[in-house]
Amino acid sequence: MSLIDVQNLTLKFRTDEGLITAVDNVSFSLNKGEVMGLVGESGSGKSVTAKSLMHLNARNAVYSPESKITLHTDTGPVDVLSLKTPRELNIVRGGAVSMIFQEPMASFAPAITIGKQMVEQLQLHGDYSKEQAKNISVEMLDRVGISDASKRFDQYAFELSGGMRQRAMIAMALSTQPKLLIADEPTTALDVTIQAQVIDLMKDLVSEFHMGIVFITHDLGVVAQTADKVNVMYLGRMIEEGPVREVIRNPKHPYTQGLLAALPKLDDLDSPLTPVPGDIPSPLERPTGCVFHTRCSKVVGDVCMAIDPQERQIENSHKVACHIYDEVPA
Amino acid sequence: MSDVLIRAKGLSVGFPIGGGLFNKQVLKAVDNVSLEIEKGSFFGLVGESGSGKTTLGRALLKAAPITGGGAHYSDGEVDYDLENITKEQLKDYRKRAQLIFQDPYAALSPRMTVRDIIAEPLEVMGLTKNRAETDARVREIAAKCRLNLEHLRRFPHAFSGGQRQRISIARALVSAPKFIVADESVAALDVSIQADVLNLLKQIQTDMGLTFMFISHDLSVVAHTCDHVAVMYLGRLVETAPTRKLFAAPRHPYTKALFSAIPSLDPDDRGTAQKLTGEIPSPTNQPPGCKFHTRCPFAIDHCKQVEPKLETDGTGHDVACHRWKELMAPQAA
Repeated sequence: MSLIDVQNLTLKFRTDEGLITAVDNVSFSLNKGEVMGLVGESGSGKSVTAKSLMHLNARNAVYSPESKITLHTDTGPVDVLSLKTPRELNIVRGGAVSMIFQEPMASFAPAITIGKQMVEQLQLHGDYSKEQAKNISVEMLDRVGISDASKRFDQYAFELSGGMRQRAMIAMALSTQPKLLIADEPTTALDVTIQAQVIDLMKDLVSEFHMGIVFITHDLGVVAQTADKVNVMYLGRMIEEGPVREVIRNPKHPYTQGLLAALPKLDDLDSPLTPVPGDIPSPLERPTGCVFHTRCSKVVGDVCMAIDPQERQIENSHKVACHIYDEVPA
Repeated sequence: MSDVLIRAKGLSVGFPIGGGLFNKQVLKAVDNVSLEIEKGSFFGLVGESGSGKTTLGRALLKAAPITGGGAHYSDGEVDYDLENITKEQLKDYRKRAQLIFQDPYAALSPRMTVRDIIAEPLEVMGLTKNRAETDARVREIAAKCRLNLEHLRRFPHAFSGGQRQRISIARALVSAPKFIVADESVAALDVSIQADVLNLLKQIQTDMGLTFMFISHDLSVVAHTCDHVAVMYLGRLVETAPTRKLFAAPRHPYTKALFSAIPSLDPDDRGTAQKLTGEIPSPTNQPPGCKFHTRCPFAIDHCKQVEPKLETDGTGHDVACHRWKELMAPQAA
C-alpha cells in the first residue's frame, strides 16, 4: 500500500537574485516498510525534496500549483502542502512523519536533557502523562542499543559520543511511531564502524516497526546496504529510479554511471579513478535542455541542449530520463 | 633503501587537561609512534575519530607540541630534529612542510580574492621580492592546480567545493614545499568531485616530487592513492604496511574490522561482515593492556594486561597484536 505519493513537485526559492529552481517536476511514491535511497551530490535538491514531505522548507519556498504530496495515514489521506497552522502541521512534523538529521549535536538542544526533549515531543504528539512519556522514552533508548538508558535519559547531548547521539536521535524520532521516517545523511558524520552499527539498527527498526524510510545519502555503498529502491537526483531533476539491484548493477543514466565509476573500489586498486568532469552548475544558471548535458560524456546531439528528457520506463519500474534511450519504445 | 624524509621515533603528543596544580593529568593523543615516510611517497594514515591521526599529522608539521620522543626531517638540503628545532629552523621548515585542510569552505577567507589567498604565504614568508614576481608565481601554481586564471580576481564564495579545494591546494603548494599533510582533504567533497581532486594530488606529487601524508577515515580512498598505510587506534600505531599488502591480508583485528565496515556496493552482500561493537574509548580513560581489547572479539586475558609492541617482520608489514599469527592461520589455509 502506498504511504506517500509525490506528484509533480516543483519548488522554487524566492531570493534577491530571482526565483531559483530547487526541485523540478519530481514524482515518486513510497510504500509501507520500504526504504528509498535518495542519491545526489550537494545542490541536487535531495534534502529540499525530503523536507517538502514535512512542509518544512523556508518561508521563501514557492511550490508550483501542480505540486501535490499525499500522505496516507490511518485516518485517511492528508494533503501535506495544504497544511497551514502549526496544529495541522503537527501530523507531518513528528507525528506521522519524523526526521533524523546529519549532525546530531546540532539537532539536540544543548541545555536541555535528552529525556526532557523526548518527553516534550511525545506529549505534543500524543496524549501521555509525564510518567508514561518517560517510560516510552527510556524503552525506546534501550531499544536502539543505548546501555543504561534511564541514566542517559537525564544526560545532556554533549555527554554522549557521536554514535550514541545519533542513536538517541533515532530513538526520539521513532518514539511517536511515525509511518514515515526521513533520514537526511544520518551516517555521514559518523565513523565507518559506527556507521555500520547505525545502518544495522535502522534495518532492524524497519522490519520491527514496518515504516517507510526516505534515506538521503551521497554514499552509494550505504544505499546498496540499506535501500530497496533508489532515486537519483541531479539539479532538482529525478534522472533515474528503480530497484536497488537494477540501478547499482545496471545504471542507465550517464550521471549514475559516472557516480559509480568515480567511487574508489577496494577489489580493484589498479583501475584509475574517473571523476565526473566539471562541477554541478549553479542553480542560478540552470542549463537548457537536459540539466546534465554540461558534464555528460554521452551527449547524443543537439536534442540534449534543447529538450529536457522525460522519464521513461526501461524495464520493471526502472525509469531513466535521458535522450540516449529515445529510440527505445516506451 | 630509498631516502627517508621523515623518521619519527617514539613520538608522543600530550595535552595537559584539568586537575589542580599538583595533579595535572595529561591526555596522550599520540603515544610512542615510530614511523618512516619515504621521500616521494604517498603515506596514508587511517583510523576512527579520536585515534590521534590529525594530532600526529600536526606534530610532524610542528604544529602540535611534541612531548616525548622525536621526529627527524631530512630532505637532502636540510636536517631538522623537530622536537628541538630552533626558531630560525622552524621558519624555514614552514616553507618546506604544508597542510591542506578538510573543509574548503572554512579554510578560505571570504574577504580575500583567490589571488590574495594563494599569494599570502609568499608575502608572509618573504619568498618573493616584488609584486610582479608574486603574481607570476601565483599564476604558475594556479595553472598547475587547474584553476582558471580569469578567476583569480574573484572571491571564494563564487566557487564550488571542488574548485575551493583546488584553491587550498594551490595555496599549500605556493611556497614550493617538500612535505604536505593532507588532512581529510576529500572528505567534504562529493564523490564525483573527490576523484578529480585525488587525481590532481597524485599528479602534483609526481610532477613536483612531493611527499604526502594523507590522513583519511575512508579506506577505499586510501587504497587508491597511497603507497603505504598506517592504521592508528587511540594514539597508537597498530599496523603499518605497503598498501597492497595491507589490503590483501590485514593482520590486526582492528584493521580487519575497519575493512568489513565499509558498506559494500553489492546489495546482496548485506550484513555478512563481522562488525565492531562499541566505540573508541576516551583517551583520558584508556584501557590497560592492548588498547583495542575492549572491542576486540579475539581478546584474551593476556591482551588485557600486556600492551603488544609493534612487531617488524622485515617486509615492512608491522603489526601490534599478540594474536595476529594464530588469527591469520585459518585464513591462510
